[in-house]
Amino acid sequence: MGVLVLLALALITVSYRQDGGGRLSSAENAAAAVLRPFQVAAERVAQPFRDVASWFDGLFDARSDAKRLQAENERLRQQLVQNQSAARENATLRSLLDYQTGPSYPKDFDGLTAAVISQPAGAFAQAVVVAVGAKDGVEPSAPVVTGDGLIGLVTRVGTRTSRVTLLTDEQSAVSALDVKSGASGIVRHGRGGRSTLVLDLVPKEEEVRVGDTIVTSGWRSNRLSSLYPPHIPIGTVTSVGQTDTDLYKQVQVAPFADFTSIDAVIVLVRKDVENAP
Amino acid sequence: MSNGVRTALLVFVAALLQASVFSSVVIAGGAPDVLLVTLISIALLRGSVPGAAAGFAGGLIVDVATLGTLGVNALLLTVAGYWAGRYGETTGRDRLHAPLLSIVVITLLVGVGAYALYFLLGEDVSARHALVTTLLPGLGLNLIVGGPIYGLCRWVLKPAAPPIRAQEVEVVV
Repeated sequence: MGVLVLLALALITVSYRQDGGGRLSSAENAAAAVLRPFQVAAERVAQPFRDVASWFDGLFDARSDAKRLQAENERLRQQLVQNQSAARENATLRSLLDYQTGPSYPKDFDGLTAAVISQPAGAFAQAVVVAVGAKDGVEPSAPVVTGDGLIGLVTRVGTRTSRVTLLTDEQSAVSALDVKSGASGIVRHGRGGRSTLVLDLVPKEEEVRVGDTIVTSGWRSNRLSSLYPPHIPIGTVTSVGQTDTDLYKQVQVAPFADFTSIDAVIVLVRKDVENAP
Repeated sequence: MSNGVRTALLVFVAALLQASVFSSVVIAGGAPDVLLVTLISIALLRGSVPGAAAGFAGGLIVDVATLGTLGVNALLLTVAGYWAGRYGETTGRDRLHAPLLSIVVITLLVGVGAYALYFLLGEDVSARHALVTTLLPGLGLNLIVGGPIYGLCRWVLKPAAPPIRAQEVEVVV
């Protein structure tokens, strides 16, 4: 037992110090590549059960839907589960396609569509693992979106998989602006759980109103530029407050993307790597 | 198939399911930890050393599958497996409440340990979120899945038959 504990401590130390590089990381990436087919298989086998679970979860959340659905018989329920599964997948892929052909899609970037193969693991990691990696052209710090809007940034790249840290992670921050008024600030995680963001550092004299749309600002200054391209939708303002003692406004943002249910994403890869920051 | 191979298969499947499936099954704010419950069951049935080894292997698989910091889950689950195994070897193995009691205690300790470990590694995690919002519902879910998983592990890892005791002794002079 002592040997295993020491080995684990050594792994933590080396992994933490290398932070995504080095031989240990290469070995981890190789092992992750070996595990990937098993993960995909497990994901596919479990998908119908998850759909059933999410169906019951939906019943729990939406009582009005529950009353309507409870009236249906067992055969129709099973049919509904299957239909919902297909429809959700279809809607997800269609929204990704619409986004890639839409006006807000950044022209300097190519989009890599990828399935999510590992979901956020508890309270410590607001991150998902997606099924594209270095061999597909993914690079660290690549922005990641869904059809609804920005969800995060690639923080670790494996051979065939990548780790995406979500906007709801405590360490995520995005420079953003209010489309309507031009007020700029930093979007960070909120204290209200996975589905809340805040627009921080907005001076009191700037105008921000409930219902305004928040997008990435994508600033550029000489040779430096934001990791995120401009005009990617983030969310809408749900409340604005300010006190006499605070320097900045308190702006809450409801994200467009649903962080509790991410099935597929688009990883944005810069076309011209030489011009990358 | 030997019990060692069966244990390895159980740990591998549980770790993959935990990393790919169950970590996203969020109910009332928490998610069941199928790997931890499987590990506790294995450790209670097979002892401290197999428990620690299974914990290390399972934790490492989760670390690799989620591209997290290598060794974090391996360390936590090694200690958890060893503790559960020691409890089984000393007083717990034949007690009916042992699996559920182990799940309660070890889930809480692993939750607190994980929070402390991530804090030491510099992760900015809300204590209220980690120790209340997610841990307590997760504990409840672990208790719910604990019975069936313990039963499955007991069925897969059939306990060795008791040694045949001598019925009579012949004294040779």
